[in-house]
Amino acid sequence: MALVLEGVHFAYGERGFALSVPQLEIRPGESVALVGPSGSGKTTLLHLIAGILTPDRGRIALGDNDLTALGGRARRGHRLSRMGMIFQSFELLDYLDVRDNILLQARLAPGVAISSELERQASTVAGELGLADKWRRPITALSQGERQRVAACRALLLDPDLVLADEPTGNLDPANKQAVLDQLIQLCKRHQRILLTVTHDHSLLPSFDRVVDMASLLTAEVAAA
Amino acid sequence: MKDLLYLSVNYIRHHRVKLLVLTLAITLVSWLPIAIQSIVDQTARQLSQRAERTPLVIGAPGSPLELSLGSLYFKTKTPEVLPYAEVAAVRATGYARAIPLYYRFRVQDYPLVGTSPDYFDYRGLRLSSGRHAALLGEAVIGAQVARDMQLTVGDHVISSPESVFDLAGVYPLKMPVVGILAPGFSPDDEAVFVDIKTAWVIQGLGHGHQDLNRKEALGQILKREGDNIIANASVRQFNEITPDNLDSFHFHGDNADNPISAIIPVPADKKSAALLLGHYLEERSNVQIVRSQRVIGELLDTLFTVRDYIVVGIAIVALATATVALLVFYLSLRLRKGERFTLARIGASRWQIQALMATEVIFVLLLSAVLSAILIALTRQYGMALLQQLLMT
Repeated sequence: MALVLEGVHFAYGERGFALSVPQLEIRPGESVALVGPSGSGKTTLLHLIAGILTPDRGRIALGDNDLTALGGRARRGHRLSRMGMIFQSFELLDYLDVRDNILLQARLAPGVAISSELERQASTVAGELGLADKWRRPITALSQGERQRVAACRALLLDPDLVLADEPTGNLDPANKQAVLDQLIQLCKRHQRILLTVTHDHSLLPSFDRVVDMASLLTAEVAAA
Repeated sequence: MKDLLYLSVNYIRHHRVKLLVLTLAITLVSWLPIAIQSIVDQTARQLSQRAERTPLVIGAPGSPLELSLGSLYFKTKTPEVLPYAEVAAVRATGYARAIPLYYRFRVQDYPLVGTSPDYFDYRGLRLSSGRHAALLGEAVIGAQVARDMQLTVGDHVISSPESVFDLAGVYPLKMPVVGILAPGFSPDDEAVFVDIKTAWVIQGLGHGHQDLNRKEALGQILKREGDNIIANASVRQFNEITPDNLDSFHFHGDNADNPISAIIPVPADKKSAALLLGHYLEERSNVQIVRSQRVIGELLDTLFTVRDYIVVGIAIVALATATVALLVFYLSLRLRKGERFTLARIGASRWQIQALMATEVIFVLLLSAVLSAILIALTRQYGMALLQQLLMT
């Protein structure tokens, strides 16, 4: 299921920052790094794809689903069930333990029941990311690297078509950073998921299938097409 | 909904100390004004009920409030006295029966009330066990006294000496308990009743001692003057009235001069009551007749004013607590800004986020309301009794 952006334009107000993406396509199983200086619109682009922001014009499609044609509620539902999001500051709830943080997105997703099957699935994902022995630990008892793994588990649990990661290794030490990213890429590739990651860390770029520079997104992507 | 509830429960559990403190604060300030109102109302009801049933009281000149509190609730420790002859004087008017009361003495913390058998009929007091006092020195005790002192029929109570250092003063009298009153939820529950003459014996106005006419007492006699015998200090005085020594008890002087604290006049009808009132208001100056309802009414007015001041004070505290609670909720919402942001970015709807945030407030308010309701119910049921216990200890 490919992600396709065509003629996407978004502006924060009339005089605010504006972003235009003529063309971008990411294939299933592909891991893409989105790089560029601060303020170049990387996070804005991620939010447009996630449906948190709505483009002024253009089309964003995930497979056959035209996300720009969906209403607010449908977009939220789509984000909950078909996308996974990972953030730099992990964004976990400190009053939930590892298990419940992993299941959080599933609890909020429409039509998803917390069954024993789903719990087993969550446990498997946690095991794959090295959290098997931390299952009922409070979040505050985990290291930074472990917390980001929990966030990754939450994003991957519902088997999303697309994983959007905003600086997922920004708060991790060098040893953890590469390990977490490698695990994430590996898991996405194994399940033919798209991984679109915003990063400032150029040492990690070789791990990705493709690197898209925001500054040259317009020309580079047009040229690629 | 189930999942939101699950998340909320986890949040509440994680922040239980903060939420519990807040809940307790709100519970207390919402319960206190109602509790005070309830206790004051119950007190007022009890006070006025007793006063309604005893509309007139006769006593020595002095404070009408003191006389009313003493004769209705036995709540005075140094009652003014009037002569027992006044009982006959009331009867002589032909307007009312007269019940004497003498409540100067105590058994531990409980008032000891000397009265006549009419008192029990007048108050409608029933016995839960035993019988009424028939002989000098016998006591009938209230239900609360029996419970607190763990007394049953056959046990004894001892009157309390007024002063340990006054060797010539009132000596303790040991009295058998012959009856226990059924609970009436009135001051009678907390009193020890004896015959009026027994009260005089406690005061030393009547006494019993060994027979000085017997041969063995010759060595103790100092002087004989007609019927009077003067003996030395070795004569044994009895501090318990038993069937064996009952006959030796006697009173010196005229009983009509002996003291009582008050008289409850029991008029046959309203007209007799009005006539009795008129008689005492116009013609007698050495005693006073008091309309206890009016006196207690004035006391209650003061009580209500005090209550109003307290309630206003608590209302201000409640306002302060509500403001603090609002601030706590506001700060908590601010602290949860990151959580709201996370949930929104993951895809939670506005409704889901608002429901999660509202749970904290709803939980605190709901739990406070439930706790308040329980406390209010308990206060209404046991508040008065508990307060009385606390005041007594």
